[in-house]
Amino acid sequence: MFNQFMSHSRLHKITGQENSGKKNIHVWLCLVLMFVFGRTGKSQDLLDLLENEAPKKEFVKNAFKSTRVINGHSMEMLGAGVLDFRIMHRFGRLNGGAYNLYGLDQATIRFGFDYGISKRLTAGIGRSSSKKELDGFLKYRLIWQSTGEKSIPFSVLLVSGMTMNMLKQPDVSEKPYYYSNRLGYYYQAIIGRKFSEKFSLQLTPTFVHRNYVQMNNDPNDVYAVGLGSRIKLSKRIALTEDFYYVINKSASENFQNCLSLGIDIETGGHVFQIQFTNALGMNERAFITETDGNWGKGDIQLGFNISRVFTIVDNRKSKQ
Amino acid sequence: MKKNLLILLSITFSLVASAQSKYFTRNGRVFFTASSPLEKIEAINDKSTSVIDLSNGQIEFGVLLKAFLFERSLMQEHFNENYVESDKFPKATFKGTIADVASIDRTKDGTYPVKVTGKMTLHGVTKDVETTATFTVKNGALSATTDFKIEAADYNIEIPGLVKDKVAKTISINVQSIYEPLKTS
Repeated sequence: MFNQFMSHSRLHKITGQENSGKKNIHVWLCLVLMFVFGRTGKSQDLLDLLENEAPKKEFVKNAFKSTRVINGHSMEMLGAGVLDFRIMHRFGRLNGGAYNLYGLDQATIRFGFDYGISKRLTAGIGRSSSKKELDGFLKYRLIWQSTGEKSIPFSVLLVSGMTMNMLKQPDVSEKPYYYSNRLGYYYQAIIGRKFSEKFSLQLTPTFVHRNYVQMNNDPNDVYAVGLGSRIKLSKRIALTEDFYYVINKSASENFQNCLSLGIDIETGGHVFQIQFTNALGMNERAFITETDGNWGKGDIQLGFNISRVFTIVDNRKSKQ
Repeated sequence: MKKNLLILLSITFSLVASAQSKYFTRNGRVFFTASSPLEKIEAINDKSTSVIDLSNGQIEFGVLLKAFLFERSLMQEHFNENYVESDKFPKATFKGTIADVASIDRTKDGTYPVKVTGKMTLHGVTKDVETTATFTVKNGALSATTDFKIEAADYNIEIPGLVKDKVAKTISINVQSIYEPLKTS
C-alpha cells in the first residue's frame, strides 16, 4: 500500500514536467514499480493468490451425542451405512426401598438395531421386555440446519413408528379379540436447533394412536409435545433432559408427563447414557401413554442406554 | 519510441517469468494415519490447496480439516468435534521454504529431493516442521510428495485415557500435490 502511494505521488510530480518524451518513460517506470512492489507485497502470503472460495454450505452436526435424547428420538441421525446396536435398560423404582435394593432388583430392557440407509434416512427395530413389545420406525431428515451459503437455522425431522404387543394374551378383558388390537402407531416431527457448541434444544410434537384401550373414556389418539435439550460439559460429557408433556391425559390411566434427566458419556465408538426417569417404557407409545410414575413420590428409575456403532459401508464410498 | 518498446517488452517478459515461477493446486492430497494395533485410524483429504514460488522457494499449504474423509463417519465426527475442533480451528496451514530450490530444473525430467522447513499451524498451535520432499518434473508437469510425522501432544490434541491404546500419539502424514502454473494476471 505504501509503495503504491509513493508511486502515485511520484507520478504526479513527474507528469508535472513538460518534457513529453521523458514523461512517457517515467510513467512506464512508475507503473513497473507499482506492479513489482504491489506484487511482492502480496506474495508474503502465497495462498492469498488463490482466490478464497465463497464459504460453502456446511451442515451442522453433533447437536446431540446420540440418536436419542434419552427415551425419545433426537435431531441427530446415523451416518449412511452405520449400524447402531442399542441397549436400553431401566431398573426398578428408587422408592422400592432397601428391600428391592432401591430398584436394582428389577429390570426392563429394550434391544434395538438402527441402520442409516442414507445420511437423511434411518430405519430401526427394537424389542422391549415390557409387554414383549416390538417396535419399528423410519426417521427422515427433511431440513438440515446449516451454515454458510443459503444457511438454515434449524433442523426438521419426521419419525413414523409402529408398535406391536407380543404377549400371548395381551389383555384378558378384551372381547372380541382382534389381532390388530396389539398395534400402536406414532408420528413425530422433531424441530431442533444446535444453538452453540454447548447448547442444543428441540421441540417434538407427537401423535400416538393406540388401536386398543381398556376403557371407553380412554383416548385412542394421544397428543404430546416433547422438549429435549443438551448442555455439553466437556468434549465427551453432556447433560441431557427429555420431557414429554401429554396434552389429553386419560383420567382412568393415571397418565404422567414423562421426564428424564441424564448424562451422556462418549468413548470412541460407544455412547453411554445414564439417566433418572419416571418412564418404564422405552418406545414412544409406551413412554408417552404408559408413564404413571410420579417424580414427586419418588417413582423414579435409574437406567442406562448403551449405543455401539458398527460401520457396514465405508463412509467415503457411501458419499452421495 | 524504441526505448518505450524496449521497456514494454521487458515488462511483458518479466511478467511471464514471474507467472511461471508460481505453481498451485487445489486438489492436493493429504493422508494421515494415527492407527494402532487395535484400531485403524486414517483419513484422506483431496481438497488441500498449495502454492509454491520457485523463484524464492516459498511453499504454502492450506488444509480444511472438515474435508478429511474417514472410513467411519462417527470417527470423522469425533475427529472434527473432539480432536482438532474444526469449528474453532477450521484450517491447518504450512508456510515454509524449500532449501536449494534452484536445484529443481523445470525443463528437465527427473526427481529432485529437497529439504523443506517451515511452520505448521494446527489446532491453534504453530510448530516448526522439517522434512524432505521430492519434486518430480515429468513432461513439464511439476509434482511433489513428502512424508513427515507430528506429535498430537505438540498441537494440544488431547487423547483421552479411555482410548489411549487405540490412538497413536505420533501421526504420520503423507502429502502429494500435482501443481499447475499459476496465472496471476
